[in-house]
Amino acid sequence: MSKIVEGLLYSESHEWVKVDGNVAIIGVSDFAQSEMGDITYVDMPSEGDEVTKGEDFGALESVKASSELYSPVSGTVVACNVDLEDAPELINQDPYVNWIIKVEMNDKGELGDLLNSAAYQKFIEK
Amino acid sequence: MEAQLKTTCLHGSHISLGAKMSPFAGFDMPIQYSGIIDEHNAVRNSAGMFDVSHMGEIFVSGKDAFAFVNHIFTNDITGQKDGSVLYGMMLYPHGGTVDDILVYKEFKDNCYLLVVNASNIEKDFDWLVANSKGYDVHIENASEEWGQIAVQGQDSQSVLEKLLGLDCCGNLLFYEFCDTVYDNARLIVSRTGYTGEDGFELYSSPEVICKMWDILLKGGVKPCGLGCRDTLRFETGLPLYGDELSEDISPVMAGLSIFCKPEKPGGFIGSEAIVNQKTNGVARKLVGLELTDKAIPRAGYPVLNAEGVGIGVVTTGYRSISLDKSLCFALVDVAYASLDTRVQVQVRHKAFEAAVVKKRFYKTKYKKQ
Repeated sequence: MSKIVEGLLYSESHEWVKVDGNVAIIGVSDFAQSEMGDITYVDMPSEGDEVTKGEDFGALESVKASSELYSPVSGTVVACNVDLEDAPELINQDPYVNWIIKVEMNDKGELGDLLNSAAYQKFIEK
Repeated sequence: MEAQLKTTCLHGSHISLGAKMSPFAGFDMPIQYSGIIDEHNAVRNSAGMFDVSHMGEIFVSGKDAFAFVNHIFTNDITGQKDGSVLYGMMLYPHGGTVDDILVYKEFKDNCYLLVVNASNIEKDFDWLVANSKGYDVHIENASEEWGQIAVQGQDSQSVLEKLLGLDCCGNLLFYEFCDTVYDNARLIVSRTGYTGEDGFELYSSPEVICKMWDILLKGGVKPCGLGCRDTLRFETGLPLYGDELSEDISPVMAGLSIFCKPEKPGGFIGSEAIVNQKTNGVARKLVGLELTDKAIPRAGYPVLNAEGVGIGVVTTGYRSISLDKSLCFALVDVAYASLDTRVQVQVRHKAFEAAVVKKRFYKTKYKKQ
């Protein structure tokens, strides 16, 4: 049973967003990390990079496969979680504490397209 | 409608062990149980066991079996001792690969067991039959009557002796087998494998294979899935049919010429093409690449030269578990195939520096004497 944290917003590609003012903190859901298995590498953008809603901004790599990360919002990357460079397994250990990037949003209205925890729960049960 | 997946005799055990299952070569197979890294390390450091019952077993016998097998097989079985195994390929006349196989010389004249890849069983059987005109041979696809377990790792011999009482293990060297009986069923124990480690492959009836699997499991041998089977074979430079060998990839391109003996009397199907490729060269060759970055190359990613021009493609790639390096096999233009050549691998939006290295990334530990 995958853990879902209330109060976060979720995308159908299994990223979560925590809104902090105009900044979106982005990670992946517990469902995503458990589907991936042991994560061995996190491919992240650099600070200052532009990301676009629905387009990939990096990837998670497990032993077996790579899985692209899709940005739930558009904006500018203001922080990357550098801890993941040497310890990608932190995402397996707690995908909600170990965020991946923070994005200064261009348009907070884009958040309206995301799912709340109850809707995401229904989505992954399908 | 999706074709019904086949299952091996151990399918029920995989399910009850909670394995992550996935379709492979038409079978519903376990990819991992406890995790690929854990299983990989068990085989490298002690022992692990694999259900490889999906592999194909084709028996060839009859008056002309020796001549026929030598005709369709790239290696030379002249003088092959009873109880020994040879690796090689079956080729198309143009030199492309039908399959890479093991040939077991049984303890009877003109009797051979061909062990073939699961994905190629039907194709190989049809190929053998189609090329047997004029040879007095009997070709039998017995794949469904045989199960197979691979026990791999440095503790394999002691595990098989202790848990299954297979005393013949100690007499075998790498690529030798014994042909015995267990619970009234025929049992072949062969010192072969696909991990680069010392180890054994056990062939028997589905009933015996299930019984042995359960005994080994109770004895604490770690079940390992196809996930780590691939990471293990990759690190030790072993090819996988479909990735490093195919109808379009000849053994010369794959760097496996050593297993082709076109000089043997009568040659083999495809030997002219192999001689031609060895004499005149091939356009692309399979190489090992090591990336300087942690980015992970995957099958299908482009290989570029320093100017960013495409010169090849990745066939298999991993963050190596035993070596903690980003490594891959790639088919590249021959101009870029010599050791230490600098190239780049395109991983998503970025190109990463890489150098050509030997394909055997990790040292094998076979018992050869």
